[in-house]
Amino acid sequence: MKPFAYVRATSLREAADAYAAHPGSRYLAGGTNLVDLMKLGVETPTALIDISRLPLDGITELPDGGLHIGATVRNSDLAADPRVRARYPLLARALLAGASGQLRNVATTGGNLLQRTRCGYFQDPSKPCNKREPGSGCAAREGIHRDHAVLGQSEHCIATHPSDMAVALAALDAEVELYGGPDSSRTVEAAHFHRLPADHPEQDTVIRPGEIITGVRLPAPVPGARSLHRKARDRASYAFALASVAVVLDLDPEDGRVRRCALAFGGLAPRPWRATETEARLTGAAPHPDTVRAAVDAELDRAQPLRDNAYKILLARNLACAAIATLAGTRPGAPATP
Amino acid sequence: MSPTTATLDTAAQASLGTPVPRLEARDKVTGTARYAAEQNPPRRAYGWPVPATIAHGRVTAVDTTAALALPGVLAVLTPYDAPRLGPSDDPTLQLLQDTRVPHRGWYVALAVADTLEGARAAAEAVRVGYEAEPHDVTLREGHPGLYTPEEVNGGYPAHREHGDPDAAFAAAPVRVDVRYSVPPLHNHAMEPHAATADWDAGRGHLTVYDSCQGTTVVRTVLAGLFRLPEDRVTVLAEHVGGGFGSKSTPRPHVVLAVMATRRCGRPVTVALPRQHLAACVGHRAPTLHRVRLGARPDGTLTSLTHEVLTHTSRVREFVEQAAVPGRVMYAVRDSRTTHRVAALDVPTPSWMRAPGETPGMYALESAMDELADALGMDPVELRVRNDPATEPDSGRPFSSRHLVECLREGATRFGWTGHRPPLREGPLLIGSGVAAATYPVYIAPAGARAHARPDGSYLVEVNATDIGTGARTVLSQIAADALGVPLDAVTLSLGNSALPPTPVAGGSAGTASWGWAVHDACTALTDRLARHHGPLPDAGLSASADTTQSAKQKPPYARHAFGAHFAEVQADTVTGEVRVRRLLGVFAAGRILNPRTARSQFIGGMVMGLGMALTEHSGLDPAFGDFAERDLAAYHVPVNADVPAVEAHWIDEHDKHLNPMGGKGIGEIGIVGAAAAIGNAVSRATGRRLRELPLTPDRVLAALSVPDTGPV
Repeated sequence: MKPFAYVRATSLREAADAYAAHPGSRYLAGGTNLVDLMKLGVETPTALIDISRLPLDGITELPDGGLHIGATVRNSDLAADPRVRARYPLLARALLAGASGQLRNVATTGGNLLQRTRCGYFQDPSKPCNKREPGSGCAAREGIHRDHAVLGQSEHCIATHPSDMAVALAALDAEVELYGGPDSSRTVEAAHFHRLPADHPEQDTVIRPGEIITGVRLPAPVPGARSLHRKARDRASYAFALASVAVVLDLDPEDGRVRRCALAFGGLAPRPWRATETEARLTGAAPHPDTVRAAVDAELDRAQPLRDNAYKILLARNLACAAIATLAGTRPGAPATP
Repeated sequence: MSPTTATLDTAAQASLGTPVPRLEARDKVTGTARYAAEQNPPRRAYGWPVPATIAHGRVTAVDTTAALALPGVLAVLTPYDAPRLGPSDDPTLQLLQDTRVPHRGWYVALAVADTLEGARAAAEAVRVGYEAEPHDVTLREGHPGLYTPEEVNGGYPAHREHGDPDAAFAAAPVRVDVRYSVPPLHNHAMEPHAATADWDAGRGHLTVYDSCQGTTVVRTVLAGLFRLPEDRVTVLAEHVGGGFGSKSTPRPHVVLAVMATRRCGRPVTVALPRQHLAACVGHRAPTLHRVRLGARPDGTLTSLTHEVLTHTSRVREFVEQAAVPGRVMYAVRDSRTTHRVAALDVPTPSWMRAPGETPGMYALESAMDELADALGMDPVELRVRNDPATEPDSGRPFSSRHLVECLREGATRFGWTGHRPPLREGPLLIGSGVAAATYPVYIAPAGARAHARPDGSYLVEVNATDIGTGARTVLSQIAADALGVPLDAVTLSLGNSALPPTPVAGGSAGTASWGWAVHDACTALTDRLARHHGPLPDAGLSASADTTQSAKQKPPYARHAFGAHFAEVQADTVTGEVRVRRLLGVFAAGRILNPRTARSQFIGGMVMGLGMALTEHSGLDPAFGDFAERDLAAYHVPVNADVPAVEAHWIDEHDKHLNPMGGKGIGEIGIVGAAAAIGNAVSRATGRRLRELPLTPDRVLAALSVPDTGPV
């Protein structure tokens, strides 16, 4: 086998030091994606720095009424946590829509954010892929790309980010905590943790070399707001999103107008896609189906579909309109017409 | 139905017909059952093949320097130095014999090392030079390479024509002329292909543990390829984790394992990674169908034409016999059933559960549904109306045919009403569909031995292969009944090519073929015991049987199993997602020998049909020439959440023209027609006819976005 070093870190400091000492290393938590990619020859780390035993597996209350989720909290534990289920059902639903029970039992919060695209060309080292091998080309653009991005892609990469959890985190205005050393910690908005490929598709996220995700901060839930996650997929379980939507909707109880709407799409883009245009148009408006549809279309009009993935625009529009209609208690407009 | 004459019905403590649990169930769920890759002879090494990364051309150089320099690497076999093989009927097994690359994924080298990881790393370190030529992997109507083969899989004529189907079609008052498309599909058994081969140079004997559907054929082929007498080759397959046709004949892994053990002088395991399977162990070829049906207003068929286009590889001709069921199903005088095939730069297709019938009945039974719509007729009644008295193509009488009974029984159990309108529940459109099923009765000669021991126990030996079907259990039941003893008095030994030759677990013929030999051997032993007086000798008493004479006799009957599927589906107008709510099948397959394992076979087939209808798809990448879906995350077999209430029932069918057990074989008919029933239900639910499988959300959404043009 390709030899690599294995380091079990007992502290964040030790993990960061080990990373610095082993150029080309990777942090290991659940390993559900990283180990697969090593078997495929896509990832060839010089060292695995095991952070799974660091004390990052707790879910704790924050003073502002939010929750702090440790980076190594398992997806299954997070989805089952009573506080998450009661206060952030959107997140629990998104988690349970992802992967399989066996994978969720192993996969971690931080690892979920850092999983790589499932683009078939990325996963096959015998083919060109700019994300895997910058400059080699994008085979998906003219190739098999039914599952690929319609928003935010670049000429160099059209891969989507596969996480369902991240879509919920983006809609919940979560923040990702990063540790870069004893004097270097920062937080990044979950919606902007993943970056668009532009000229550097090899960089999935804004994480800097050696930084470790230590946790995710969820702000206090908006009082009175309702939320919904919906994922469309090729089979009923254990399939990535063709498109998904996570919506948080806060209506004014007096006039029924939208006080605040957070809407994120999954499966459409290289990152969870906050529909800022839709959100802006809906804020202050009455959630009439025509209004909602126009607001959703305003966002999706930016889409640039390829030969075989234009269906995602219709699918995303239907998902978003139906989700908002459900949350607003209005009847949805007739779906499935272009 | 005719009264049964099956001799086994009268056995005193009949085990047949009772739901005996799988005898090896505990071994399997506790992990003590050993599969081919889990055999661990001392000094075992591992082989990892190197797949070609071009779709057409040839190898110009193989640089093994870096691979051989890695620790623990024993050898790298290349087209330039691999052992020269003897002849075989199957050119896909002529591995590393020349530099030709007929498709992407064709093996061009094999790395052998003392660990699995070492072999994989060595394989990745092999540098292969290629000279690539243009390739073509796309089947399409009008492809210039299409030709009519002499025969199709199963030995059927490629082209059959009766009367004047074109004139009859032109004259028919009601017509449908429709095209369907079934994509390439992959078997993807739970256990990937694996073999552990051990060449004992001292004894001059080759022992191979192989994940296969029959060891007799593996032994014969390996003996030919490696120029060994057959008695110097032993192939063992005690437990096999599924095959669905992809292990019916030897596949590349076992040939490579034997090459490696002969080269290295150590036992070698070649266990193929899932990612290799799509390219090298076979697939169901894509089929493009055009079906033309003409009928009188009362539903009587007057013309049937089923034209099939498919692909094969440049290595070997395999033609999916998808138009053949049209020769069996319906009474129509003027008919044409025909196949054309194009040899492309694709992996070689092969058998996948009910080859021919599965895609063929999807098209034919979808077209029958469209005809029922055009007639305004209940599709059940349309099929009943056209039920033939004799087999349409041959004119032979059926040994038994109870399709109408299956349709009626299924309609009652399902609550079918011919013209039930689609329902709407919020965003969900709900509808039901029906389709028929058929599968031929095959049987092949087999041998078996039975031994009575002085302690009152029995050993029955038959070279059957239990690939997860329950064969071990049912054959033990057949033996116990023929011997007139309780089941636990019988020990069954199988999966060993040293036993008398037998056919593979395929063509739904295993139980009939092996069981007949077991029945005859046990009956002969019973006779011998009856003539024996006094205690048995220490060596016991033995008897053997060989069914070559009886099984080869061709009875003057058309012999087929039949069935009917009923499906209720929902289509989500928001997402285009289709989910099956209920699936119910009724089958007429002769005598059901073990209701527990039989139900499992039927349901398994129906679920595989559900996958074909809704989720399964292998796409050929035009640019690279390979299948895009190479693991179980990308190739979507149904998961538990996709599988709703699935019910399998059967009617009590007595057919005295089969074999002593009276069974027709049940491994394949469960998949036949299931996809059509689901597709027909989707049409009923949505008011749109989708004719390209699978019915994924993108396609359903696109169909729903076209205005409903009224009843379909």
